[in-house]
Amino acid sequence: MEFYRSHVLVCGGTGCTSSGSQTLIDEFEKCLKEANLDKEVKVVRTGCFGLCALGPIVIVYPEGAFYSMVKKEDVKEIVDEHLIKGRIVKRLLYHDTVEAGTDNVKSLNQVDFYKKQMRIALRNCGVIDPENIEEYIAMDGYTALAKVLTEMTPEQVIDELKRSGLRGRGGGGFPTGLKWEFAKNAPGDKKYVACNADEGDPGAFMDRSILEGDPHSVIEAMAIAGYTIGADQGYIYIRAEYPIAVKRLRIAIEQAREYGLLGKNIFGTGFNFDLDIRLGAGAFVCGEETALITSIEGHRGEPRPRPPFPAVKGLFGKPTLLNNVETYANITTIINRGADWFASIGTEKSKGTKVFALGGKITNTGLVEIPMGTTLREIVEEIGGGIPNGKKFKAAQTGGPSGGCIPAELIDVPIDYDSLTSIGSMMGSGGLIIMDEDNCMVDIAKFFLEFTVDESCGKCTPCRIGTKRLYELLEKITEGKGTLEDIDRIEKLCLSIKQGSLCGLGQTAPNPVLSTLRYFKDEYIAHVVDKKCPAGVCKALSNYEIIPEKCRGCGICAKNCPVGAISGQVKNPYHIDTEKCIKCGVCMTKCPFKAIVK
Amino acid sequence: MKSISELQKIREKVLSEVNLRQDRQDGIRIVVGMATCGIAAGARPVMQEFISEISKRNLLNVKVIQTGCIGMCRLEPIVEVYVPGQEKVTYVKMTPDKVARIVSEHIVNGKVVDEYTVGAQS
Ligand SMILES: Cc1cc2nc3c(=O)[nH]c(=O)nc-3n(C[C@H](O)[C@H](O)[C@H](O)COP(=O)(O)O)c2cc1C
Ligand code: SF4
Repeated sequence: MEFYRSHVLVCGGTGCTSSGSQTLIDEFEKCLKEANLDKEVKVVRTGCFGLCALGPIVIVYPEGAFYSMVKKEDVKEIVDEHLIKGRIVKRLLYHDTVEAGTDNVKSLNQVDFYKKQMRIALRNCGVIDPENIEEYIAMDGYTALAKVLTEMTPEQVIDELKRSGLRGRGGGGFPTGLKWEFAKNAPGDKKYVACNADEGDPGAFMDRSILEGDPHSVIEAMAIAGYTIGADQGYIYIRAEYPIAVKRLRIAIEQAREYGLLGKNIFGTGFNFDLDIRLGAGAFVCGEETALITSIEGHRGEPRPRPPFPAVKGLFGKPTLLNNVETYANITTIINRGADWFASIGTEKSKGTKVFALGGKITNTGLVEIPMGTTLREIVEEIGGGIPNGKKFKAAQTGGPSGGCIPAELIDVPIDYDSLTSIGSMMGSGGLIIMDEDNCMVDIAKFFLEFTVDESCGKCTPCRIGTKRLYELLEKITEGKGTLEDIDRIEKLCLSIKQGSLCGLGQTAPNPVLSTLRYFKDEYIAHVVDKKCPAGVCKALSNYEIIPEKCRGCGICAKNCPVGAISGQVKNPYHIDTEKCIKCGVCMTKCPFKAIVK
Repeated sequence: MKSISELQKIREKVLSEVNLRQDRQDGIRIVVGMATCGIAAGARPVMQEFISEISKRNLLNVKVIQTGCIGMCRLEPIVEVYVPGQEKVTYVKMTPDKVARIVSEHIVNGKVVDEYTVGAQS
């Protein structure tokens, strides 16, 4: 085999692909060929490195030089300087990897963004070429399946998972070992294994990144699950909106079949297992387990009452084990390194790590994996690099439209299942949206509710009509027409929706409203009583005003107002007619003296 | 895949390659000076020889790294060998035919090839 002295890893995750990483790969290949280095230096397209805000990202090994925001024009310089002459191109390095005041390059695990992370589910993302099964095998891939098939009984696998303390990463947090045991013990001649890759939470991309960066980790775990519960067929349900993930998954399944790691008589043990992909159309409700199963069967994705749980009566009426992508991605490491090792990470009741898609008002937007028990403060201030533009942290939303917010005074809360639930938020599947002082909490609640109103499947009334009415009440408040009674009404309606809805979508839909009401009631009251939006977001409530002391009477505002709401005389303070004003805010951006306030 | 040994074979074959991407500081590093002075003096064939020796012997814990000018241009090509826990050894006026000996004696067996070092030449 050829030996390459250097590897150029280019991120091929969705983020970096959309910022042009494919062009970089082409350019690297071209420049390397021109320099006659194509036999010495290998270009590898990997999955996500996590630091999406700075993409496209290129890492050059063996030095581990981490180049960020690389442009096509930079490629030649990296080839000429770094790969031919061994001189790292400092100006392109991610600034945090260069020691302050010196020229020393830090290793990646000393950089703030990575220092407190621990990569189990994401262990191969950004390290291997996801379209090459041999690279996965080199990273101990398929050894867990071999071990399970040749050395372990199904009972032993279940025992190992139970002792590891692994809980479902799809949102519910149900103990995985127990779920596997239910599926194994359910009577039935035919059983199925399924993987939930629907990922409907707006802004979340954890599962997508795992499938794009390391699809075999999920395939191998599903085969282990098949052996454990006694199934020979599995389905991966993934939304069609994830084309890169679907493509890599297809390639990975094809390669696994070629190598005999899927199919008949795996490792000569007589165990058969195969996988198929089912594409979803991107409805949030199809992430709910019973709706997902109905959708795989080819029907309209609507939930049905439970019990019976899928472990007893799932796909085609047969016992079915359904787990989330990230849950599966943890399995092989648990088998390889042992339950005790896994259980030593995290907190008493939440073991291991959790992947979060960090977004919103945060410097390092991207993908992070942290040990359970890491505090929100560590995520925001250290890993996330703080809030941009010197603004103040206001709250974080976990669990997306089903979750709740964590206010600034609780920033030291450890991230684990039980701590988050106890403060009215939830772990969720991994969306983590950071908000600063410019976010209005009523508006945030309204945003998430708008999403659930859209996504409600309409099967049951409390959810279909309840969320709509709730949305209207919030709209009324943000328009300055709300009353204190409306706030009471909101609270009552939230409870009825929670209690009356059939599935998790409806049952959790009021959470963003309830938690913002719990921690930011004063903001609701400001909207209702003072008719003011403290963050200045709700247009109907923001009045633009000119401070006479600051106004020099230049008249620029009046010239720019599209509706002619500003009048006055040059060199004298101007005035805004609030009746005419449409609150577009143009005057404020144009005023050279910052004399206009909201 | 009919057996675990087949899996092991693939694993060993590819490991040396992906190993390069581990952010590890514990292996042996062979650093070749590849600034203009080094390249002009013939550092490139020296480096290529190291690469082919190492891959032939499938040495997983060794990395070949390039660096800029080491600062003794008249002694180029210069190669520095870092073995963890030991002082660095600097080989000077390297040629491709010196490489095999350094790899077998120093890298594999831990015995420095004194006559090629900077101490013997300056
Ligand atoms: C409305 C709704 C949407 C859901 N969306 C997802 C999803 O996108 N991905 C997921 O893994 N689980 C989702 N779940 C949770 C699943 O129903 C199920 O609990 C989970 O896939 C089980 O896997 P786990 O035990 O490995 O977490 C959703 C649940 C509800 C109620
Ligand atoms: S709660 Fe909403 S999403 Fe769930 S079944 Fe009822 S209407 Fe459909």
